Amino acid sequence: MAESTEAPMTDTRPPAVIVDDVHVEYKVLATGKRAKGAEASRKLLQRGRKTRRVHALKGVSFVAHEGESIGVIGTNGSGKSTLMRAIVGLTPTTQGSIYASSRPAMLGVGAALLRDLSGERNVTLGGLALGMSLDEITEQADEIIDFAGIRDFIQYPMRTYSSGMTARLKFAIATARTHEILIVDEALGVGDRDFRRRSEDRIREIRDAAGTVFLVSHSMKSIRDTCDRVIWIHKGDMMMDGKPDEVIAAYENA
Amino acid sequence: MKGSDSMSLAEEAARAGLHRVGARPPFWIYLRQVWRRRQFIYRLARYRIEAQNGQNRLGMAWVLLKPIIDAAVYGTVFGLFLMRGNIPDHYLLFLVVGVFMFEFFSGCFTAGAKSITRNANLVQSLSFPRMALPLALVTEKFLEFVPMLAIILATALGTGVRPTTDWLLLFPLVALFCIFNAGVTMFTARLTVHFRDLTQLLPFASRLLFYTSGIFYSLDLAFANNPTFLKIIAFQPIHEFLSLGRSVFLDEPGFGAPPEFWLYAAAWSAVSIVVGSLFFWAAEERYGRVD
Repeated sequence: MAESTEAPMTDTRPPAVIVDDVHVEYKVLATGKRAKGAEASRKLLQRGRKTRRVHALKGVSFVAHEGESIGVIGTNGSGKSTLMRAIVGLTPTTQGSIYASSRPAMLGVGAALLRDLSGERNVTLGGLALGMSLDEITEQADEIIDFAGIRDFIQYPMRTYSSGMTARLKFAIATARTHEILIVDEALGVGDRDFRRRSEDRIREIRDAAGTVFLVSHSMKSIRDTCDRVIWIHKGDMMMDGKPDEVIAAYENA
Repeated sequence: MKGSDSMSLAEEAARAGLHRVGARPPFWIYLRQVWRRRQFIYRLARYRIEAQNGQNRLGMAWVLLKPIIDAAVYGTVFGLFLMRGNIPDHYLLFLVVGVFMFEFFSGCFTAGAKSITRNANLVQSLSFPRMALPLALVTEKFLEFVPMLAIILATALGTGVRPTTDWLLLFPLVALFCIFNAGVTMFTARLTVHFRDLTQLLPFASRLLFYTSGIFYSLDLAFANNPTFLKIIAFQPIHEFLSLGRSVFLDEPGFGAPPEFWLYAAAWSAVSIVVGSLFFWAAEERYGRVD
């Protein structure tokens, strides 16, 4: 099987996340009109529309250790984000299990923020949504605001922010909390070069503090710069797991 | 696929002390997790109200203006034109208690039903006990209810009702009402996840309750010659809460409530919160699913 070709199974560091033969299947409603006829009306209460099964993950297994930063690559729709959401526990697995030493967190605080609120209030709200206490937030608010570089706009509603400012604010809030296991899904593509460098530094910091980081990205440069292991997912299957240079080379030649 | 390899992974997880991700915690632990998120619940509610009104010129004044206009419209239509025979004295007080308390309930009932489905994005990107969302909605509606309560008290004083110690009964009453609404909200929030169509139907259910709870007319006066009906309607929880709310202020035709209404209302609240929270918790792992 392809999945264990180059997996560093001899790692002596304690495991942080174990993904054990994970399958995820979605039922997707086919768009379009409801099927006509007796059968359709009988199924009305159980959603009398055609559904299609999408097998998003087909048995992925690997072990991630403390202090590892793992890049996850693959084409669009390959199942990367599904895998990440499954690791965080947001998407239930159809088969198989995921074990973790602490609750993995995803850099997805954006959904908790309200566009019509000031940046300051959003820092509070986002921090609370991530599970921080009010004291922790007050303590770190200045750092978050400076990291995002929005000090001058902090009293204005977030809807007036540029997309770069919004993205920076989200990243700053999300990484303010020390996560033992952090998942970063395409967050580094945003912002200017300076911000990208700072956010990559932040990810390395987390990793060096014995945390485990998963980085989903299409930027092979970001992956090379921050990860020491890469997993390649293709159409729900694990294609390769190993050193960044080797996996990226194989991916780019595929 | 389930060969020796996967066994060893599960074993390794157990040996390293890892626990399964996304597993629904036992009910008491879940409630503790929700309690730990109380600040999030409260801020989410407060900030949502602010965000909703931030773009209006009158801003937060709308929190007060909307229910007043509501009461004025109902009062004009029903009190002056339609229900002239069945309205009690002190109609203004009768009306504001009814409309405002019902508003609190119906807000929870209809908006609460969407508290998960409308926040699908949030549910799919952050992990926190999902019960925080319906509870935040109830908190939001409660915060909107507080100024209405002030208007009720002002109306009572303004129409010459003397304040008595009975007014203190508003505290347990509002507490019971909140508990009742929270249970209902959690219940409908989960139901909507299974049947989206419910969001289309709930406004009608709410309308039905509106007309049968005696908000702008007195059920006791309108059905004075039909005691059987009054006996049945006595078990309608909203009617009980509204009657109790009015009985705090006056004890005259249209305002009184039999003491057993306290018992019924308390029972409804207990059933609502227990059933609602258990029912909601049971599907905790379901809410993040996209289909």
